[in-house]
Amino acid sequence: MFVFVPFAVEAVWVFWPALQGFWLALTSWDGLSAPRFVGFGNFSDMVSDPIFRTALKNTAIWLVLFGGLSVVGGFGMALLLQRERRGVGIYRAALFTPVVFSLVVTALIWRVFYQPDGLVDTILRTIGLGDLIRPWLADPDTALYAVIVPALWRQIGYVMVLYLAGLKAVDPALYEAARVDGASAWQRTRYVTIPQLKGVNSVVLSVIVIDSLRSFDIVWSMTKGGPYHSSELLSTYMYSTAFQSTQLGYASALAVVIFVLALAVILGYLIRAFREET
Amino acid sequence: MNRLKTSGYHLAMGLVSFLWVAPILWVIVISFRSFDDVAANGLGSLPHSFTFSTYKSAWEDADEFRALINSLLVTIPAVILSLGLASVAAYGLARYNIPFRRTVLLLMLMGNLLPPQILLIPISRFVELIGYYDTLIALIAVHVGFGLGFYTFVLHGFMRDLPREIQEAATIDGAGPGKIYASVILPLTRPALAALGALSFTWIFNDLLWSITVIRSGEKMPVTPALLGLQGLFVSSWNVIAAGTVIAAVPTVAVFLKFQKHFVGGLAIGAVK
Repeated sequence: MFVFVPFAVEAVWVFWPALQGFWLALTSWDGLSAPRFVGFGNFSDMVSDPIFRTALKNTAIWLVLFGGLSVVGGFGMALLLQRERRGVGIYRAALFTPVVFSLVVTALIWRVFYQPDGLVDTILRTIGLGDLIRPWLADPDTALYAVIVPALWRQIGYVMVLYLAGLKAVDPALYEAARVDGASAWQRTRYVTIPQLKGVNSVVLSVIVIDSLRSFDIVWSMTKGGPYHSSELLSTYMYSTAFQSTQLGYASALAVVIFVLALAVILGYLIRAFREET
Repeated sequence: MNRLKTSGYHLAMGLVSFLWVAPILWVIVISFRSFDDVAANGLGSLPHSFTFSTYKSAWEDADEFRALINSLLVTIPAVILSLGLASVAAYGLARYNIPFRRTVLLLMLMGNLLPPQILLIPISRFVELIGYYDTLIALIAVHVGFGLGFYTFVLHGFMRDLPREIQEAATIDGAGPGKIYASVILPLTRPALAALGALSFTWIFNDLLWSITVIRSGEKMPVTPALLGLQGLFVSSWNVIAAGTVIAAVPTVAVFLKFQKHFVGGLAIGAVK
């Protein structure tokens, strides 16, 4: 009974809709008439859909740049800020502050920056790079990257906190032993810290991949995937297909693609959780 | 040499930290500038004016006040309900030999790991079907359902590690499962609940995707999606938009400052395990 009620709530709001989602992916549906079964038709349509290909490519870029750089940045900052010393608390707090904001707040903060004659343009002009100035979010060449920067700004602090927690759990005696053996700071990091962080690494990896594939808010608030779909991700394309052009079957199929891409990571995470339970 | 290294470190880290908070400070500065000032000197210049009228516009004309109330009406019940249900489920799974308990636990966790996109269309249809489309209740229900799996998983890990003897002692004293949950287990789980509470508050408060999927009318929008509407309302009045952004950020910052330790601890729960 204790378990049944919460489980039933989740079943109604998650499991049942998820099953429906998979079913709808095999249909063509405009939301008015009944869904028409089309088998894998939606998926074969994707192959020849240029917007889908752009969205897929951008999602890959997003995964590499947003995911990769936030791990590198977050890990680097955690290494720099792991030792308790004066001032470290302030630095940590500074890097962590953006994590508290919603992605919409983050997006608006940065939109103010990117405005024509905003701070970015003013700085570039001051240091003599005025030629580079462009409508950052309205230029198809720069829009995607102009969205990744704020996303990173917020994510690095989050990854840093995960790594700080992991570093704290490393036994200090290991460092002492390595130091006695004459290992340099770099060697201690490479051969003691990094192997000890295996558990954290896999958590961070799962979080990053799942976050990247889910990323929607920041893109939606900054560009809505435009201009000309140049900053479109699978998640934003799915949303606009579903709720603006009401191709509900095709949108469901896009959601299934996102799910399949995330599947390996989800399974890895579950297997880890399963092992812990035994 | 060592002192040089130390001051170099602080110089570099100080600079990084400054760069990190600079965007926030800059937006706060802009939010106090008057429209004429922004129009004349551009957004990139230093302020030449000081006004509160931007906040008045955001608060009254854009009705951010109502949006904030909506946010709290959704967030507070959703946090309480999901933690309440999750702690009950975790208690059952962690302390009693329920058949298939591990499968149930992992199934619940998996629900939380699903990309929300797969649920969007069915949920919006379902909510319409039961007549709750465009209501805050629907939004609360979605947040509770989707968050449950993760909270249950974390609380389960926490409760499992509580010593068995406490429960046995209470059983000998004649306490039933409900009483043990309420008067023994729940108080001991308080640190984990506080951590998850602070986290889920910000998650739900900051949500955009579910709000715009389930809610249509402007006067029911929570503050996070309402902020996007502000852009349409005050086209290029970036000082008002900045003020609105500051207002929308205040509640989560307040929760963070109040529960700082729990908050960071909560984020770290997953990492160390």
